[in-house]
Amino acid sequence: MSFHPEIPYTTGQHRSERLLSPEGEPFAFTPEQRARFEELASHYPPERRKSAVIFALFMVQEQVGYVSRSGMRHVAAVIGCTPAEVEEVATYYAMFYKQPVGTFVIQVCRTLSCALKGAERVTEEIANALHIKPGETDTTGTFTLVEVECLGACDRAPVVMVNDGWHECQRPEDAVRLLDVVRARGEAGLSGCVHRVEK
Amino acid sequence: MAMEPILTPLVREPGSYTLDFYLQRLDGYQALRKALGMTPDQVIDAVKASGLRGRGGAGFPTGMKWQFVDKKSPKAKYICCNADESEPGTFKDHLLMERNPHLLIEGCAIGCHAIGSSVAYIYIRGEFLHVQHHLEAAIAEAYKAGYLGKNIFGTGFNCDVYMHRGAGAYEAGEETALIESLEGKRAQPRIKPPFPAVEGLYNCPTAVNNVETLCNVPSIVLKGAEWFAALGPEKNGGPKLFCVSGHVVKPGVFEASMHTTVKSLIYDYAGGIANGRQLKAVIPGGSSVPILLPDQIDVPASFDGLMKAGSLLGSAGMIVMDDTTCMVWVAQNLLHFYRHESCGKCTPCREGGDWLLKMLSKIERGEGQMRDIDLLLSVADNIAGKTLCAFGDAAATPVLTTIKQFRHEFEAHIREGRCTCPADWRAKEPVGAH
Repeated sequence: MSFHPEIPYTTGQHRSERLLSPEGEPFAFTPEQRARFEELASHYPPERRKSAVIFALFMVQEQVGYVSRSGMRHVAAVIGCTPAEVEEVATYYAMFYKQPVGTFVIQVCRTLSCALKGAERVTEEIANALHIKPGETDTTGTFTLVEVECLGACDRAPVVMVNDGWHECQRPEDAVRLLDVVRARGEAGLSGCVHRVEK
Repeated sequence: MAMEPILTPLVREPGSYTLDFYLQRLDGYQALRKALGMTPDQVIDAVKASGLRGRGGAGFPTGMKWQFVDKKSPKAKYICCNADESEPGTFKDHLLMERNPHLLIEGCAIGCHAIGSSVAYIYIRGEFLHVQHHLEAAIAEAYKAGYLGKNIFGTGFNCDVYMHRGAGAYEAGEETALIESLEGKRAQPRIKPPFPAVEGLYNCPTAVNNVETLCNVPSIVLKGAEWFAALGPEKNGGPKLFCVSGHVVKPGVFEASMHTTVKSLIYDYAGGIANGRQLKAVIPGGSSVPILLPDQIDVPASFDGLMKAGSLLGSAGMIVMDDTTCMVWVAQNLLHFYRHESCGKCTPCREGGDWLLKMLSKIERGEGQMRDIDLLLSVADNIAGKTLCAFGDAAATPVLTTIKQFRHEFEAHIREGRCTCPADWRAKEPVGAH
């Protein structure tokens, strides 16, 4: 989307645009998920169930790996709103994947404080090791590499997030080792991001 | 000026996040007990008298914000705690929530009492899942011990605190965008007025407060407004958390009074510039504020002190850059952030941010022309002040401030057709706009 006759909007899709996800397998919450959703929805006034839409979309993503169109329709049915209302939320927020991703999504913080400490080099090392560019998934479907904006832990820069797990003080020279550790032990191999301050 | 920490006194002790620790070591929930013995107006008066200013970035007096909440309205009232900490260079709320979550819960409950609300939502950014788990555990403890729920301390006061998880949007830190997101929509700002105090969450009177702001409330109630105000310079009272990151020896969160200078925070608290290098520039309040040069940093890191110095305290996220840093690259890095995070509602910000990033990338690659510098200024000027929320000003600032202070670097890039200040910590293959 560009309003300029000569400068096209070429630097990737913008969050304000709508992008259709794949349809995916037919989707429904399990009874346990449905119960968990209803518990979360009870935190809001009864006529404001839509407030829980982000929680619901995270639950779809947990099960499917991304937010599929059939998942969105199910969320709309559970909440009692239109699929379009769910879709506008799902396409806007950066943490919802609109396409299938690898088992481990490696998210390197690229914003200033991390970049000053070598985050660009971390991305480069990982991209070279996996033979992919940021935004892509490797051929085995194990890793997806993405650059993300400030994660709010700048004192422990550069910070890397793998799925929901954090890894702090990632040096470029250790980046390839991180891949091996995650391959072997998953998120359990990450250093976490608890303040390493406990005596 | 050294002071005893008030917000983060024992955060480095093991188990500092548990209820037992909070009760035994930190006067836990004594302020809530005291506040419930006061009328809501007395609580608001105390917060007003303390001069507490919002710690999220704007520095608006918290007591005034609470007073504006329409208590006579028949509708429900809400406290929304802004825990969407996303301003580049800011990580203070992260520490508070992870290591001292009960302080925030107590602050939320006192806030609810003050504005006549019985529900507080803590809107936490989606990436802070580990922090969210700490807060959820603390909330469960507080319910079990009777500090949340029905009839707290037998006073008839009811208060529920719920976590609400975001999903990756810087703009959700803007108060009306946060409310939109809480209602289950895109985090895009609303037209103001009406302000949230009149029509906020679910069109009900709402106060949106930052984590650190609410964490200051218990000590005001317990120790008094005068004590609090005396901790800092006039109109800049209380303790403040400063985040120092970038090229310093010891990056971290430091609690100090707002008498403390930027220079002292960098050289005394954070141990000075790493690797024996020289300071080149510092952004003192998160990425959205003007840059300070080394000869401008001997000023108090307070709301008023930094404004006088030509910058802003903002979120107190200080990003320190040494002399290996290319300022064109800094502007490019930050515009990548603002282009990505623009919510897309206002055209100047959505389109302008992309143009700025493209032009900066062009100059950084060595393909710029001299007229691009004025074009950058013109585009930035057409974003600042021309959008619904302050994001537009924030996105324009990195461009305006780097050109103002380092115009010669832009010119050198263009003249020599390359980056004149490459550093080994940057990408080997230049990162352009992709």
